[in-house]
Amino acid sequence: MIYEVFRQERKGQPFVHGGSFHAPDRPFADAYAREFYARRQESVALWVVPRDEILEIDEFPDEFDLKYRRVDGYSIKARLAIARERAGAATSSSDGEGP
Amino acid sequence: MTRPRADLLLELADDELILGWRDSEWTGIAPFLEEDVAFSSIAQNEIGHARALYELAARDLGTDADALAFDRPIAEYRCAPLVQLRRLEWARTIARHWLYETADAVRIEALKDSDDVEVAGLAGKIEREETYHRLHAEMWIERLLAAPEGRTRLEEALLELWPYALGVLEGELRETFAARVRERLPFGLPEVEAIPRDRHEPELAELLDEMTIVRRSAPVGAQW
Repeated sequence: MIYEVFRQERKGQPFVHGGSFHAPDRPFADAYAREFYARRQESVALWVVPRDEILEIDEFPDEFDLKYRRVDGYSIKARLAIARERAGAATSSSDGEGP
Repeated sequence: MTRPRADLLLELADDELILGWRDSEWTGIAPFLEEDVAFSSIAQNEIGHARALYELAARDLGTDADALAFDRPIAEYRCAPLVQLRRLEWARTIARHWLYETADAVRIEALKDSDDVEVAGLAGKIEREETYHRLHAEMWIERLLAAPEGRTRLEEALLELWPYALGVLEGELRETFAARVRERLPFGLPEVEAIPRDRHEPELAELLDEMTIVRRSAPVGAQW
């Protein structure tokens, strides 16, 4: 069975994927995880998970433009440029009429 | 304890050093990669324990750890025949590992109660690592016992090594050890004569020869 290992380097930090190894059962996984990922005190805690138990999701339909759901939102670069141009034109025309 | 403590420390140190070397013979060729790393690490730990024990003994004897580990004549090595055997066969290796760790646990427990604070302290430190060695040995025993082939091979190996294992300890400690082993196994082990510590297996000379080759070839006083 393949086990995936997530390691925490310091207390309070997130667990980060460290790698994987083969082990026939949990006691073996416990022993090997310690040897591979903690024997040099490089981890303060480990999550050791059978790969089969991980729910993996890697397909996400994106048929419509739903960019607005993302944190970065719409790209407004192009629109901003147009707006600036328009604002610029307005300013220069008003300049001409000034005292 | 009426014996000089250096005597007792050397016995322990020799056991750990020689077993460490024997176990390290699997490095690179263990049955699978994960076990190769784990078993090599255990071998390294044993040699680390040997070093700490030699250092303590060396202070009493007015020498240093390397001299005790490498420069004594073979007749002075006190390691039990169990650890001298060259057994490059996995079932026997695991059987020896488990027998040794079980015996060592009995011995270390006794040393932790020693009136000598230095010996008791070192025993406590060693014990914290040996706990993981025992877990490792125990998971293998459990796994081998779970399948008919594993059980048969383990039983054969234990029968062969039993008289050697009994020789690791003496007196009351030996009784405690034998009882623990028997309690754990679903099959019996015979009443046999223990192979005593002063016996040297032919393999020991070969091992010492190999183990000291670098030391012998370097000029006296070389620093590492």
